[in-house]
Amino acid sequence: MAKETVKKPGVITLINGPVVHATGMSHFAMRELVQVGEVGLTGEILQMDGDKSVIQVYEDTTGVKAGEPVKGLGRPLSVCLGPGLIGHFIDGIGRPLDRLMEKEGSFLDRGTHVDPIDMSRSWEVTPVCKVGDAVSAGMVVATVKETDLIENRVIVPRGIEGEIEFVVAPGFYKTSEVVARVKGAGGKVTPVMMYHYWPVRTPRPYKERLLPDEPLITGQRVVDGFFPISKGGVAAIPGGFGTGKTVTQHQLAKWSDAKVVVYIGCGERGNEMTQVLEEFPSLEDPYSKKPLMQRTILIANTSNMPVAAREASIYTGITIAEYYRDMGYDVAMMADSTSRWAEALRELSGRLGEIPAEEGFPAYLATRLAEFYERAGKVRTFGDKTASISVIGAVSPPGGDFTEPVTRHTKRFIRCFWALDASLAHARHFPAISWMDSYSEYAGEVKDWYHKNVDPAWAALRDEARTILAEDDMVQQTIRLMGEDVLPDSQKLIALTASLLKNGYLQQNSFSDDSFCPPIKGVTIMKLILDFHNQAKKLVADGCPLSLIRKMKELIDLAHARELSADDKAGFESLGKRLRERLEKIGSERLAQEQEQEEEGI
Amino acid sequence: MALTEYTGIDKINGPIVMLKGTPGVGYDEVVEVIAEGGEPRLGRAIMVSDDAVMVQVFAGTEGLVPATSRARFLGRPLEITLSPSILGRTFDGLGRPLDGNGPVYSDIKRNINGSPMNPMARVYPRDFINTGFSVIDVLMTLIRGQKLPIFSGNGLPHNQLAIQIASQSRLVGAENFAVVFAGVGIKHDDAAAFSASLSRRGANLVLFQNLADDPVIERIATPRYALTAAEYLAFDLGMHVLVIITDITSYCEALRELSVSRGEIPSRKGYPSYLYSDLASLYERAGVLEGKDGSITFLPILTMPNDDITNPVPDQTGFITEGQIVLSRGLDAKGVYPPIDPLPSLSRLMKDGIGEGYTREDHPRVSSQLFACYSRVQEVKALAEVVGRDELGEEDKAYLAFGDEFEKIYVNQARDENRDIEQSLDMSWRLLASLPASALSRVSMEDLEKYIKPNQR
Repeated sequence: MAKETVKKPGVITLINGPVVHATGMSHFAMRELVQVGEVGLTGEILQMDGDKSVIQVYEDTTGVKAGEPVKGLGRPLSVCLGPGLIGHFIDGIGRPLDRLMEKEGSFLDRGTHVDPIDMSRSWEVTPVCKVGDAVSAGMVVATVKETDLIENRVIVPRGIEGEIEFVVAPGFYKTSEVVARVKGAGGKVTPVMMYHYWPVRTPRPYKERLLPDEPLITGQRVVDGFFPISKGGVAAIPGGFGTGKTVTQHQLAKWSDAKVVVYIGCGERGNEMTQVLEEFPSLEDPYSKKPLMQRTILIANTSNMPVAAREASIYTGITIAEYYRDMGYDVAMMADSTSRWAEALRELSGRLGEIPAEEGFPAYLATRLAEFYERAGKVRTFGDKTASISVIGAVSPPGGDFTEPVTRHTKRFIRCFWALDASLAHARHFPAISWMDSYSEYAGEVKDWYHKNVDPAWAALRDEARTILAEDDMVQQTIRLMGEDVLPDSQKLIALTASLLKNGYLQQNSFSDDSFCPPIKGVTIMKLILDFHNQAKKLVADGCPLSLIRKMKELIDLAHARELSADDKAGFESLGKRLRERLEKIGSERLAQEQEQEEEGI
Repeated sequence: MALTEYTGIDKINGPIVMLKGTPGVGYDEVVEVIAEGGEPRLGRAIMVSDDAVMVQVFAGTEGLVPATSRARFLGRPLEITLSPSILGRTFDGLGRPLDGNGPVYSDIKRNINGSPMNPMARVYPRDFINTGFSVIDVLMTLIRGQKLPIFSGNGLPHNQLAIQIASQSRLVGAENFAVVFAGVGIKHDDAAAFSASLSRRGANLVLFQNLADDPVIERIATPRYALTAAEYLAFDLGMHVLVIITDITSYCEALRELSVSRGEIPSRKGYPSYLYSDLASLYERAGVLEGKDGSITFLPILTMPNDDITNPVPDQTGFITEGQIVLSRGLDAKGVYPPIDPLPSLSRLMKDGIGEGYTREDHPRVSSQLFACYSRVQEVKALAEVVGRDELGEEDKAYLAFGDEFEKIYVNQARDENRDIEQSLDMSWRLLASLPASALSRVSMEDLEKYIKPNQR
């Protein structure tokens, strides 16, 4: 950035962990980015009072002294957007961790400054406009091959309208080179670059918001079949520790049919990020058959990295998501975990001496959550493309208590709630998403899509299966009190079918081929189980003892049906046939038996 | 560097003193506070402004006379001196030798706060550690480079378990294996037991002790000395280091005490709002780094107040560590050793460190099946309490028998028994074979043929 104004630096007066006070700051702007102390730690101005200001520092402040300078950078906390983000790993304030490692080794140092994206790397650029074309904000002037999967689209910046005065010829250009120039009505010429900075706390604009009526396919049966999320939807995954929030987030990052995935490790474990980094390049995207890393951006602010940067990481992530949305892509963003972000807010609020609301959280917690989740959605971009950002936030309630402030407020702003259940996790039933406590408000909106593209009975099957599980919940209460033997066969059958649904449908092994289940396979399994149920129900109603049905060995195959490959149509059909025939046989044998007895009686 | 020294303290409140008119002091710098005629007491600048410094004094402030006490600022953060000769040594809670063998001489001095590992530089841990306990190896596999806490309660044999893991894990005997043990607020007897049994078994041991009657605020520094020593052994000397720190609850209580003296707004149960970040700054120092030979495996031990797993200390720990080993008072009362309750216990790293090429191909499925069945046992037990054992159906009875066998034969083992993984896995199948095949939905059809049928005969 060439024209950084040289301002008179302020002077530090107090250091309290990540919070620093300074004077001589009257010419600084609120939320301005600053360099703190002799070592030049990155910070952001949070409060202004006369010539005094309060700064939050994104790096460890050890050794900083009162009297040291504070230098202004003349812009708010921003992220550099351009090709070279995908497949890479950045920290909470947008610094590339790979290049930091080249510079400072295995451990993170302080005050190191590197370009957020590689300015000297050259890219294959294809212009899509010619000199003289009329263009306006949001229109694509050139495309850049960012990865095999993602075509980065260089768009005319906001507020610019005019005609193309210059555009590059097809070929290879460095990130820092001008791609095109737009001459405005007043004769003002604006260069269009491959990269630009955007303030992370300001949402990027779009033309209009659309109804999220298309599902985000996740390949997880409990999600796609029971609690679907739309493209442009917002979901929360709350759960105590060890209930599988991160595993579920990883599964969604791997298998969802978004074009770009932004994964934020916010205040979580370092090894989890490493795992993504090691695993994703070797995994294939089920849709394009290319390595998953070619569509993934990782943002890491692990739990031991400075807390202020943890607060920023969520905004950095959503801004990057918006950048790719504006190119016309469906983006999915996973934030693991939003509770750590809320706790960072709490910690900073405490250090600022603000009066706390519930459980020490600042009073503006709900506002911040709402602002964040509202940045998701399905929109029409300025370039007239339909695109979306789906946000899936993990919530880590202390003690697994869903009534704590973060979970409670999050529930107000999301429309899809995947409650993780500790007892399911203890029994290693994964995904441990509770079928009783979860809900999705998108089920109605995506119904038409499913009926058109997967199965016209989708909604009916879903309702039937959920009714059985709800009835089973009551039946299980009786069983817990009095044992199964006292139940009539009709209720025992409910318990049997529910157990088939739980083990054969809802449960999914993430370490086998079953890790990704296309919607059609999910529906097929559900149908097999429900067909069995309805046929068996008739037999039981006719007086056939359930014990006969329970003994049939085809049930073991039914419980293992999810091991069949999604393409194995014949396998599913033959299983359905065998189940049907066996039940018919049981029925007819019993009838014959009855007749015999009657005859003997005569 | 010229040392700056001031006479006179302005304010004393618990472990915190305030000094005025002290320019040029850095945040987190080491301070020596000296009462007239007394020994220097180490402290740390926890807030610095242009006209005052707030200092946290590790040894406490008893006997400090405001007018005559002096403060000396050392211009550096808390550091530990490191050399290969620390192996076999015993230090106090602030890294000072306790064994009478004199100070450690070396040019290598490290800030005890360390620096965060760049997540990019980490190597995802995958190397299985055979602890010799079936319940751990099969159901909550420990991986080299993992942080796996033991959630225990007062009076449960957590120390015994940690010692046995440290000594019989297949790492011992390798020359490049070391144990760093830090006792935080522990009893004299426990400290002695640790050092005796580990050194008897020939482990390379470095000991840091902050005993129950040592200054409380010192505890905040003790784990950091231990972890900095461990980082040196692992990443400078290439050793595989097992760090055991007991008891993290004492550490958190010290943190709470300090926070209250600073007048900070408390969060749950009076713990400071930064408890999570602070614990993370300890736990996240475990791991494996690219291009370095060594590793740090971390077994923190914490006693849950009132055996309550939702207390902030175990709760926040569980959110940071890669799983937990939970000890159960019920199993302990039945005489089961180790009294590990498998259901709430978990190893997050095991999924990538077991199976084909690591342990044995059937491991993932057999462990999942054992969890499912043992979880069912709990339901049946609850039912049996209401209707009585005799009223149960055949399948439920089979589950109860399975549960008893599981606890008595599988979980329970002798205090010197070291089972290898093959043995533990074979035992698992023998146990499962007592249940009907329809109950085994987590294993594949081939498993039923290969492992269950032969055991049923």
